[in-house]
Amino acid sequence: MSKKSSHIIPPSINSIEKEYSTLNLGPTHPATHGIFQNVLQMDGEIIHDAIPTIGYIHRAFEKLAERRPYAQITPLTDRLNYCSAPINNMGWHMTVEKLIKAEIPKRAEYMRVIIMELARIADHIICNTIIGQDTGATTGFLYLFQYREKIYDIFESICGARLTTNICRIGGFDKEWGKVTWDRIHQFVADFPKALDEFNNLLERNRIFMDRTINCGPITAEKALEYSFTGPNLRAAGVDYDVRVATPYSSYSDFEFIIPVGTSGDTYDRFMVRNEEMKQSLSIIKQALKNMPDGKTHADLPDFFLPPKEKVYSEMEALIYHFKIVMGETDIPKGEVYHSVEGGNGELGFYLISDGGRTPYRLHFRRPCFIYYQAYPEMIKGTMLSDAIITMSSMNVIAGELDA
Amino acid sequence: MQLTTRSKVVSNKQLSFAERIYLPALLKGMFITLSHLFKKKVTILYPEVKREHAPVYRGQHVLKRDENGAERCTSCGMCAVACPAEAITMESGERKKGEEHLYREEKYAAKYEINMLRCIFCGLCEEACPKEAIFLTDRIVPTEFEREDFIYGKDKLVELVDKRVDVSKRQTPEVLAFKKLEGMRHNVLYTKKLTTKSESKS
Repeated sequence: MSKKSSHIIPPSINSIEKEYSTLNLGPTHPATHGIFQNVLQMDGEIIHDAIPTIGYIHRAFEKLAERRPYAQITPLTDRLNYCSAPINNMGWHMTVEKLIKAEIPKRAEYMRVIIMELARIADHIICNTIIGQDTGATTGFLYLFQYREKIYDIFESICGARLTTNICRIGGFDKEWGKVTWDRIHQFVADFPKALDEFNNLLERNRIFMDRTINCGPITAEKALEYSFTGPNLRAAGVDYDVRVATPYSSYSDFEFIIPVGTSGDTYDRFMVRNEEMKQSLSIIKQALKNMPDGKTHADLPDFFLPPKEKVYSEMEALIYHFKIVMGETDIPKGEVYHSVEGGNGELGFYLISDGGRTPYRLHFRRPCFIYYQAYPEMIKGTMLSDAIITMSSMNVIAGELDA
Repeated sequence: MQLTTRSKVVSNKQLSFAERIYLPALLKGMFITLSHLFKKKVTILYPEVKREHAPVYRGQHVLKRDENGAERCTSCGMCAVACPAEAITMESGERKKGEEHLYREEKYAAKYEINMLRCIFCGLCEEACPKEAIFLTDRIVPTEFEREDFIYGKDKLVELVDKRVDVSKRQTPEVLAFKKLEGMRHNVLYTKKLTTKSESKS
């Protein structure tokens, strides 16, 4: 090509050619709430094609877990879905307890239920208020977020951290909760319904919000099942699958609660399902507080549960066990287990293979958000760019669960 | 698809007439916002007012001294083994004659470092310590400009003799009761020897 002609665009046969423009949504876009990249092919304002990138936060947790004793894997699970870290912690503890066939006292299980439901409420508060935020209603976000802070205060008074909790131990709670904790839980249960009603007054039956979210990012039940959706996103599509009911763990069979479902799996359904789940979680907490059994807060597991400190300071036997447990030198049975809990976003599974060594042979996390994110391109194709933002925030895809 | 008898459809997408004219919803929203204007503020003005941490808050570490001012740490390495982030390193030293007032046991940590950038404040070191030597406190690690400054040595970690850090609220009542028992403390013979020595001197 000569130098002169390179500056001239050759006229095509159809002079008005259709061209798609490429738009990088993310990796650090303020509207995506996390490190997500989507390379979008845009036809004007309409999304023609989307290619998501997975692996921006790759922390190799499954590989790390192969080199850590069982107790040290708990802080790793904190960082999966960091909006509801206690559920991840306890799911992991229950997996190990399943492997070593431990019997957990009722009281510890009820206390776990309270913590898990509080974490679920915190997770749903984030998701629902952020849907409001993304549709332009900051008010609800500001008011309801105060209650998430109160939940974090409860976590802080139990374990000392707010976000990455590392709460509970294999076998149960390391100590009885203090009076401050119980008071705070009772206070929260008393105050939260009012705040939630206020939030619902703002958004639930607001026509502007409804027009914006109905038929936005829908997914049918069949498609959702094909992608193996779980949790609120599947329930919004109309399938009432809940791990707490399907395979009850940690005494969930003792509690009465309903499974909210939606009809067509769009953003409004997801919002409503999460809203109702918060109310159900609150009712579970109330039932647990009312029927709280007495007894020990941890199982009798001398091989895994650290002996009380005063014994470590004075008795030889306890000191030996203390050293053995911390170094991870206690015998662990061979075998493989799968345990799943209903996480804030869906079925959070732990597939653990033990070869009897001090570390797992293989550990796989079934992360619900990893699955949602694969369905995301299909859900947003043919919709507007702004709908894609709401669809992502209503699915509550957490970047911490994408590193597989 | 129905799997259980517990399900309930919660989303109603039909708008009633009152909802269709969206002005009432707007006014309701405005009313809620206005009512919050007269409520007590929930925010705090941070640098001046600080939020109170829970007594069990997991913040910056402290290496404790015993009641005589000697360092408790015996450099057993349990905290380093228990650390999931591999943030703790230490080197042991042997106590020489005449250093009894500095180190509680014959072995001590000559060098003890925690990399605060690696540390995830999970509290497993505190749980692993068999000597009541390392505790997390409710202090927050301050920011620095250089990476090297975040590697805390003994100079920053060991508590000062005249400025003790109280960690008794982190310990269970059983441990506190145990510590009050006469003759059941660590190295009680050694402590007795020290006290008798100082008495005989005076």
